[in-house]
Amino acid sequence: MELLSGADMIARFLQDEGVERIYGYPGGAALHIYDALFRQDKVKHILVRHEQAATHAADGYARASGKPGTVLVTSGPGATNAVTGIATAYMDSIPMVVLCGQVASHLIGEDAFQETDIVGVTRPIVKHSFAIKHPSEIPEVLKKAYYLAATGRPGPVVVDIPKDMTAPTERYEYVYPKKVKIRSYNPVTRGHSGQIKKAVDMMLKARRPVFYTGGGIVTSGASENLTALVKRLGFPITTTLMGIGSYPQTDEQSLGWLGMHGSYESNMAMHHADLIIAIGARFDDRVTNNTSKFCPTAKIVHVDIDPSSISKTVRADVPIVGPADSVINEMISLLQGREMANAEALPEWWTTIDGWRAEREGKLYEPSQPGERLKPQEVIEAVYHITRGEAFVTTDVGQHQMFAAQYYKFDKPNRWITSGGLGTMGFGFPAAMGVKQNFPDDVVVCFTGEGSFQMMMQELSTCKQFGTGVKIINLNNGTLGMVRQWQDLNYKSRHAHSYVESLPDFQKLIEAYGFTALKVEHHDELDAALERTFADNDELVFLDIDVDPREHVYPMQVPLGAMRDMLLSKTERT
Amino acid sequence: MRHIISILLENEPGALSRVVGLFSQRNFNIETLNVAPTEDPSLSRLTVTTEGDDRVIEQITKHLNKLIDVVKLVDLTEGHHIERELMLVKVKALGASRDEVKRTVDIFRAQIVDVTPSVYTVQITGDAGKLDAFVQAMAPIGILEVGRTGVSGISRGDKILSL
Repeated sequence: MELLSGADMIARFLQDEGVERIYGYPGGAALHIYDALFRQDKVKHILVRHEQAATHAADGYARASGKPGTVLVTSGPGATNAVTGIATAYMDSIPMVVLCGQVASHLIGEDAFQETDIVGVTRPIVKHSFAIKHPSEIPEVLKKAYYLAATGRPGPVVVDIPKDMTAPTERYEYVYPKKVKIRSYNPVTRGHSGQIKKAVDMMLKARRPVFYTGGGIVTSGASENLTALVKRLGFPITTTLMGIGSYPQTDEQSLGWLGMHGSYESNMAMHHADLIIAIGARFDDRVTNNTSKFCPTAKIVHVDIDPSSISKTVRADVPIVGPADSVINEMISLLQGREMANAEALPEWWTTIDGWRAEREGKLYEPSQPGERLKPQEVIEAVYHITRGEAFVTTDVGQHQMFAAQYYKFDKPNRWITSGGLGTMGFGFPAAMGVKQNFPDDVVVCFTGEGSFQMMMQELSTCKQFGTGVKIINLNNGTLGMVRQWQDLNYKSRHAHSYVESLPDFQKLIEAYGFTALKVEHHDELDAALERTFADNDELVFLDIDVDPREHVYPMQVPLGAMRDMLLSKTERT
Repeated sequence: MRHIISILLENEPGALSRVVGLFSQRNFNIETLNVAPTEDPSLSRLTVTTEGDDRVIEQITKHLNKLIDVVKLVDLTEGHHIERELMLVKVKALGASRDEVKRTVDIFRAQIVDVTPSVYTVQITGDAGKLDAFVQAMAPIGILEVGRTGVSGISRGDKILSL
């Protein structure tokens, strides 16, 4: 039997749980834990420069690896700084465990120094939270935290740890709990067979079917099975922003992604479909547009692990609660030896879809000419080509995010890393850092804008400390592009506070941290700058590119319209 | 429609705030709330009455079920059930109205549980409708204070809400 202090139990538990890297920032209430981490060398600690970055970095790692990210912060401001990152993970169902120091138990409720009720503050944005009441419960509570974070519909779990729980003087028996049971928590392991059968029958009878798949496919590792199912049926497939990469985007059955700024053919196909097979997607308002006009002729099959996602905004005709991977597997076996009831309908449907594709081909944006300022879209395409579509790509939020989603094509899951649900500016750079530190041999690109980057740029210091070679592509249009776009469209171009009037000299800024920064002002300079940027995979390079600030993201769904109601350019609409 | 949802909840600190927080976070409505430990000390029973159409009630029960601290729940209004609420009311009892209060208390099969020269304290149990009716009947005489427990409920027959 081994006696350990609470702090040593935490360090030992992280080792036993196989956690390789944690992201954090020390402070009074967490110091016992930091001391325990100092006295071991298996779990590496990455010292960030702001706790929000710790959560985004752990989140980036979680999205890229499929494993829970781990964060360690101190009480009060340490914990509240982490809140935006916790909310980001919550909205996108990302597994994460956040260990928060807390003031000693006898001080709780007395407005002690650096005291915040972080369990209360984070209650609406966590899957669950725990407060440690006795040091001896630490191993079991931590095991529950990791179990909850990673299973079912994943999400962040907060563990609040008062300082006296980790005191070095008090020691208790430590045993690593291999398994835990929570009596009220039993995530489903398979879908209802009757419902799956019904869904398969509907697929075989469909005339204008569309697969609509989301982040749930990525989370449950169902990409391979999904691809097999979609190939087997020959149906078109569109994904959500979160589901990008869950089906190879360069495949001809892929229509791209759907919704607010989704592809024309995706939104048109959804609107005209007679069957929508939604898997691991949640009919978010950025997808459906006006739900009362949503897909008027479609029956809806909805597969999701979270029953509360089903019929939340759009009623499902065939609800199936279950993990995407196992449900898809069952669908594939039920399809064996069966044929489409209306075999002639599918080629007709494809003819219609190819017609939509042809309508927009070559009209997506107007490329720049030599000597002109670059268009943001063509920068993304150029990065796509130079990285051969194989990079991990993180983004911040705004126009550059939508352009990245539109013009970088992903054939694999877990490579597209973006804050979809919460739309957190500042996410991209620390997330890229988290990915790169865990996947050092891969190319990690962060598309950002001069607005978003300035929200988390202090992490340059962290990258310096840990030698993290991310590639930062700053699409610099000197304005908060998406805000400006809305102001152009809805506020008669009154650009209230969307213009960033005092930008730093990014080159000098980056160089102050000892990194390389390149500036691209014109079309002609791009190729050489990209060559240089990607020359050494271990080197952080910041590429500051002046792009056309007048560019808008299109297509753009018309507010309160149906899925097919889109602005296609500044002068065209459906 | 009004629904009565009974919940078995882990008897843990903070569990109640997760339930209550869920209602405000998701813009659901709580009309009454009643909570106390059960015969199993690890469990509390919480009964909430809420308003909403079928879609809203479906979302409420799904989201409640998703809370890790919620062990089990039942929408009592889906079947036959017994609904009770207890109310303590202080009523003005002076002059002629003193007898009137007593008569009304008898009609409602309520009890007077405390007496002063000017005030009767009345205890009454029943469903929410009966309690509302009593308040209405007493209003002209003069209600001084009302304390209601909120609805508690249980299903009729052999159906049981337990682990």
